[in-house]
This record gives sequence, structure tokens and C-alpha cells, in this order.
Amino acid sequence: MAFNHRNLIDITEYSADDLMLMLRTAERFRSVNERRVKKLPTLRGYTVVNMFNEPSTRTRSSFEIAEKRLSCDTLNFGGSSTSTVKGESLTDTVRTLCSYKIDLIVVRDKHAGVPRKVADVSGVHVIDAGDGKHQHPTQALLDLYTIWQKFGHIEGLNVGIVGDINHSRVCGSLIPALRTLGAHVTIVAPATLRPARPEVLGVEHATARLDEALPDLDVVYMLRIQRERLEGAPYPSLREYNMLYGLTEEREKLMRPDAIVCHPGPINRGVELDSFMADHPERSAILDQVYAGVLVRMAAMYLLLGGSDDGLTA
Amino acid sequence: MADTARIKSVVMNADEIERALTRMAHQILEKNKGAQGIALVGIVTRGDTLACRLAKKIKEIEGVDVPLGQLDISFYRDDFAIHLSPEVLSTKIPFSIDDVNIVLVDDVLFTGRTIRAALDALMDIGRPRTVQLAVLVDRGHRELPIRADYVGKNVPSASNENVRVFLQEVDGRSEVEIIALEQGKRAGSAPLGGE
Amino acid sequence: MALLLRNARFIDPQVGLDEVCDMLIRDGRIVEVGHDLDMPKGVERDLSGKVVVPGLVDIHVHLRDPGYEYKEDIASGTRAAAHGGFTDICCMANTRPVVDDGAIVSYIVQRAKEVGKCRVHVAGACTKGLKGETLAEMGDMVARGAVAFTDDGRGVQGAGMMRRAMDYAAQFDRVVMSHCQDEDIVGAGQVNEGVASTRLGLQGWPAAGEEIQIQRDIEIARLTGCPLHIQHLTTAHGIDIVRRAKAEGIAVTCEVTPHHMFLTEDDIGDDYNTNLKVNPPLRTKEDAQALIDAVADGTVDCIVTDHAPHADFEKDREFEEAPFGMTGIETSLGLVLTHLVRPGIISWNRMIELMAVNPRAILRLEPVRFEPGSVADLTVIDPDVGWTVSCDDFLSKANNSGFIGAELTGRATDVYVAGYSTMEDGAIIESH
Repeated sequence: MAFNHRNLIDITEYSADDLMLMLRTAERFRSVNERRVKKLPTLRGYTVVNMFNEPSTRTRSSFEIAEKRLSCDTLNFGGSSTSTVKGESLTDTVRTLCSYKIDLIVVRDKHAGVPRKVADVSGVHVIDAGDGKHQHPTQALLDLYTIWQKFGHIEGLNVGIVGDINHSRVCGSLIPALRTLGAHVTIVAPATLRPARPEVLGVEHATARLDEALPDLDVVYMLRIQRERLEGAPYPSLREYNMLYGLTEEREKLMRPDAIVCHPGPINRGVELDSFMADHPERSAILDQVYAGVLVRMAAMYLLLGGSDDGLTA
Repeated sequence: MADTARIKSVVMNADEIERALTRMAHQILEKNKGAQGIALVGIVTRGDTLACRLAKKIKEIEGVDVPLGQLDISFYRDDFAIHLSPEVLSTKIPFSIDDVNIVLVDDVLFTGRTIRAALDALMDIGRPRTVQLAVLVDRGHRELPIRADYVGKNVPSASNENVRVFLQEVDGRSEVEIIALEQGKRAGSAPLGGE
Repeated sequence: MALLLRNARFIDPQVGLDEVCDMLIRDGRIVEVGHDLDMPKGVERDLSGKVVVPGLVDIHVHLRDPGYEYKEDIASGTRAAAHGGFTDICCMANTRPVVDDGAIVSYIVQRAKEVGKCRVHVAGACTKGLKGETLAEMGDMVARGAVAFTDDGRGVQGAGMMRRAMDYAAQFDRVVMSHCQDEDIVGAGQVNEGVASTRLGLQGWPAAGEEIQIQRDIEIARLTGCPLHIQHLTTAHGIDIVRRAKAEGIAVTCEVTPHHMFLTEDDIGDDYNTNLKVNPPLRTKEDAQALIDAVADGTVDCIVTDHAPHADFEKDREFEEAPFGMTGIETSLGLVLTHLVRPGIISWNRMIELMAVNPRAILRLEPVRFEPGSVADLTVIDPDVGWTVSCDDFLSKANNSGFIGAELTGRATDVYVAGYSTMEDGAIIESH
């Protein structure tokens, strides 16, 4: 099986075989993460830049752990010291970084399309760690991994995504990837939180009624309500949001016996997810997702840097 | 590659492989004064098969089940970018290797780089008392100061040749062949065995 | 000074002319159109194989002068216009300072006389500072030569404000040109709301954000009687609204741009090409086709470019941070000839109406007719020459065209303003 990707930017470029290779490779890294020496020399000598032009704690931590466990040298670039804040253009920033002779850039940016531009300007490998409300492919991979581990397969599963689909870069990657692997996708949200044309992403069914959707779902994927992004109020109050779209103890009774709950984090307890559900011992896969994040990011870096012919030679 | 590679000669047949393994099993037991405190770890994808056969022979001789593990060294290679293996291999060592005499098993010993990687991988898993090396074929051309403790057969070879081990369990036949490579091909980049 | 143009195909639907003949020009005016003309002395040019049409007019151009001369200035913008085959342009008011009083109008008129390579008509703002709050000094601006009013770049947000602007403008017999964009519904929209916004993860700019103001302004035109011109119309439904209003006899005209006809939201790929970020945004295939149909059936009055030059560094940014707009004045004629005239979607006559006759009528400019006495503003076109759109070819300071690399057939080779050439054989004439 050949792996021919330089970048992980647009998950729609990945075939079912590519995605499964990612997941199986992630699985190979599991034993490493469970032993005392949680480190491999695989990427020794490679330099990875974490270019986070937008605040991010979880994704950034996960990438850093993955990088360290593969022994690469890392440079964290961004935050409040971002050059773009000082007026430097993205192009100039990337060219500057490239002068350090780097091998991979992990890009998080509040603007859609930036990872592709970084790839075009830099010529090095790029992983999109979330761009605007466009895509977040490693999040999709960790979600796929979690679902795969729970069910043993992905094809044929009914996945329901609940909440702010329109502002969700997670959906931009997760929905097409689920479709590539043969799962069915329903979105549950009022029109104020839906993208204009959800079918473009691969959504087969859109509804505003959570109670009607729940009994059919194998995976209930709750999105975070991003309060900070929602000025202009697409819903009247958090209280009403919880009433209509929150996964409550009451609604748990509507779920299939083996259905699981996912959430990209961080959770707004009492808004989209009641504590009962977030901490549910059988249903909640939320911490599995976090763990899977390290594995799939290790897999992505391993395959991207190893899959091309510009790696270090013996 | 298989289309253009040319089989030069068969250097071991199935019987010869069996006899060599039997001898190696005896040598392992002799050197370690029995099966106590030893474990076999085969390097995937043929070393583990050989380790399995050695374990059976040890069981026949001593009546003891020695712990058996398999080691995937792809994340430890110094040339992983060339040898990126999309095959899903894995390390399975279901016992503690701390203070154990590990017999590392591989099919062909060539440059020594695979063994170097395997030693690193083992050290990340635990702290064995000793590590010994058993190989079915030693074809020379070492690039690192590594030698085998137990050798099935020494097969002098040229650098434009490849030595390939086929095993019934994996390949449907058991044989060791010398294969002539195309001009310019480096033996180390052969997809199977090779080292 | 006399000029004799020989052996060209002269086309002017206003006088029913379409034949290969000669034209004699003296002192900036047409003296005679006919066969085998003679003149005692003067300049004679053989234009065999060329088409000569009344000088082209683009009534929607951003010259960026004063204030943003690094993007474009009157010298470069008018050279680009001449290069594109235009004799006249109308420049928009969103300069710095905004064209909202007579002094700025005078500056542009004066500067264009000094350094310009085409006639420059000035559109003044409807409201001071384009803020949509108080009326700009329209009377003063008309006195200094302003030909129309528009807050282009923004829509006038308040219906009451728009009504005051049109009520007030009506006294000057000047058209109010409306950039239709309801900011409350459009917000920070980047690309067409629908497939593009979903696919690219960008905020949508819905068609309704434009159509609401088209409908509103038509009702205000009905109320005030002030002539209304809808700028850069982009949607199929918007066209229908205008078509119905025209049928009702309301004084409304409208324009479309080449980029909204010949590019669609599907052209914005995952490279997020910022040259395709325009306002209003590129719409759907169906919308683009509706615009072309409306150009053919007469609903659309003129083709304009909304030439919006920006510096390279401004466009070399994140899509959401890059400014809206693409250039167009040097590609407009080639695109129209290639995609509309050559395939027979519109005739030469219709092209001339859209790009020369109607724009003059909308701005109340003196008509250019191929008959004795008319001003000699002419565009000479080589209808068969093939060329590739390239930044190297642009005389504009800007490179932000959405058509780089396009293969076109037909372009202007010579332009005459009042009998004097501003371009000959593709080269700008710097002095006479």
C-alpha cells in the first residue's frame, strides 16, 4: 500500500485506504505510549515548527507530546509574539522559518486556507492543526480512531453531530472523512448553526430535533458551543440551548445501548453535555479521544515525513 | 524487482534449514546452561517465525516453554524514510525482559543496522541481563561492529547479490536463495529480508 | 489637424452603420463617413481588418487617487483604461479623502487633464465620508463636474438615508448608482453563501444581502422619481427584480462585470486565490448564466469592470484579511469579445450598446455617433488577434486580475479621444 501525501491539509484528498493506514499506524504507536520509555528515535534530527497563530492549548499540547515521543526537535512559534501581529506578512514569516531548515510545519490559524498557503510558500511538509472554520484533519483522525477502536469498524455506523456545525472546523474534516469510510452522518442543529449547504460536506440528513435523531445514532458527537464566537446570538440563551440540544441524563435513555458520546473538548458542562454524560463510564469516549490525539498525530508525522523521498538517508 | 532479479543459487533447502535450527537450539541451551532465564525475541517478519521454530525445538529438547516475543523495529531504523513500511507490524513482547537473557533472532545478518535498531528497541522496553544474537544466515558485509552468537550458515556473498530467506509459514516454501540484483541496485534496499 | 481612417469596418447601431469604409476627422469631430474619402493633408491610417466602434466607456472604475496612489493613480489608471480600449471612465468616490465635496471633484478633473490618457468622469459620494449619515454636497460637486452619485464600496444602509439622497439628487438630473449590500445580513461575508462558503469554511455573503437592497432601492426610485442605476448586479433573482421594475416603467438601469459573468464561486479552489475575492462575491454557475442571458436580452444596460486595483502585498494575505476587488479595465473588452461576441451570444451592435452607447446615456454624456459633427472618440479593435492575459502586459499598477493566463481573442489596438490617439498599435501615445 503506497502512501503518497506530502501534507495533511485537506482530508478529502485522503482515500479510505489512506485513512485506515493512518489509523492502523496510530495503533502501532499505542504500545509505545504505554511503556516506561515513551519515546522512539524515529524522527531524530527532524525539525518541526508548531506555528500556532491562534491560541490553542489542547491541540498544541497533543502535537508537542507526539513530537517529543518521536524525538524530533520542535520550535513553538506563535501566540502573542506572532510576527503577523507585528505586521509581517504570512509569506515573510514562513520564508523566515524556512531559513532555519525545517522539515514540517504544524499550522493553526484563525483564517481558512492558511495551511495550504504555508505549504505553497515553504515547500516543506505541512499539517493543518485547524484553519478558521475550514478543516481540522488531525481532530477528525482522532475521532475516527476512537470510533474504530470502540466499534471495530466505521462503515455503516450512524454518526450524529450536534451543535454549532457552521462554526466547526472539526466538521469540515470529520464529516467528509466519515463518509469516505462509509459511515452515515446526521447533523442536529437549528438553521442558525448550520452551514449553508451541509450536503457539500457529505451530510445526508439534517434535523433540528435531537430527540428524534438520538435513537438511530451509534455515535453522538457533541460540539462545543463556542460562546466567544457567537456574538449575534444564533440561540437565545445557554439555558435554552441545553434544553433543546444538550445531552442530558434524560436523553441518555433515548440512546442505543452501545452508543457512545464524543466531544472535541473543552466541554461546557451543563450546556451541551451534562456531567452525567461527560463522565459516563460506558458511553463517554472523551478521554479516549484525547489519548487518540497523540497516537494519530504521531502516525501523521511518521507517514508524512517517511512517506516521501526527501527524508534522511542511512 | 522480482521480475528482473535472477536466482543464482539455492544455498539452503528446507532440510538444511531444519538441521541448522536444531544445532542452534542446542548451542543456545549449551551456552545458557539450560532454558532457565532465557527468552526468544524474533524480528518481524521472518525472525519471529524462526524464533517460533527455535522455541519448539527447545521445547522438544528440554521440555520447557521459553517466553517468545516479536519485535518491530521500523520506528528505530536509521533510514526509515526509505524503508517506510506501511505494513502493519507490531511489537509483541508479553513478558518483562528485565534481567532476562534475550536471544534476538533474525533471518539474515548483513550490515548490522537492523540489529543495531533492534538493540535500541529492546533497551527502550527494558533492561535485559544479556542480549545474544541468532541468525539463520550471515552473509558478511558488516557496517557496524556486530556479530552473531549463533549462525545457521555463513554464506559469502557479493554486494550486488541479495540473500533471501523463504519460510513455509510465511512464503509457502522453505529455502535460502542468493539472488543477483540489477546493476546499480543496492542490496540493502531489497523489500524482503536483505539484512 | 485632420485624420483619415481607411478601410476599417465601422459599426454604430445608433446610425445603423456597419460597413467597411473610411472616416474623416477634423478638429476632434467627425467630418464624413463614406467610401474613398480624400483629404488634402493630414494623417492617414489604413485600418484594414480592424473594427472601429464609438469609444468605449467604463462607468465603474476605482482610480484610487487621491489617497491610495500606491494601488493606482490617475496617470496609471487612465493608461490602463486606454490600453483596454476605453475613451471614457467614471471613477468611484471611495478615495481618501472621499469624493464628497467639490474640491475633490476639481482635483480629479484637473489632474486627469494634466496626466490622464482618457476622459475621466467623477462620481461623487451620496453621503459624507460614505458613512450613510448625512448628505454629501451634491450641488457643489455637480458644479465642479460630478456626473453621478454613489457610495460604491458600501451600500447605503438606511432606507431613509437612501430616500433623502435620491430625493435630493433628483434636482440635478444625475443618476444615483447603488452598490447593493445589506451589511446586517452580509456581515463579514467573504464568498458566496452556499457551496463555496461551506466548502471553504468561509463566512457566506448571501445573494439575499444584495437582492434586498436592489428591491428596496427600486421602491425608493418609484417613490422619488430619481433615476437609479444598480451597480455590479450578480444574481439571477436580482436580474429578475430589475427586469420587472423596468417592465413597470421605473427609471432603473443596471450593470454587470465580466468577472461575475465569466467566473463563478467554483473557481475559488483550495489555494484560496485572493484575486477571486470580490464584492459582491462570485456567484453560482446559474447566476453567471442568468447575467449573460440578461446581457443578451437587453435587461442589462452596460458592462463595467469595477476595476479595483490593489498592491501585491495587500492581496498576498490570508483570504479573510485580503481586500475585495480585482482589476478589469485591461481585460474587459477581450473577455466580452471572446465569450460573448465571437460565440454569437451578442452582436457587435449589442456590445457597442453595452460598452459605449448606454454608459454615456446613463451618465448624461454627449453621445458619440458615427455621423458628421459628432465628437471623434473611437476605439479600434483587432477582432482576431489572440493573446494571453499576463501581468507583464498590464499598464495598471496592480496585478490582481482573476483572469491571469486566460487565452483571449480580440483586443483594442488604437484609441482616439477627440481625434487624438491615446493608443496606436497597442502602445500608449505619450505626447502629440
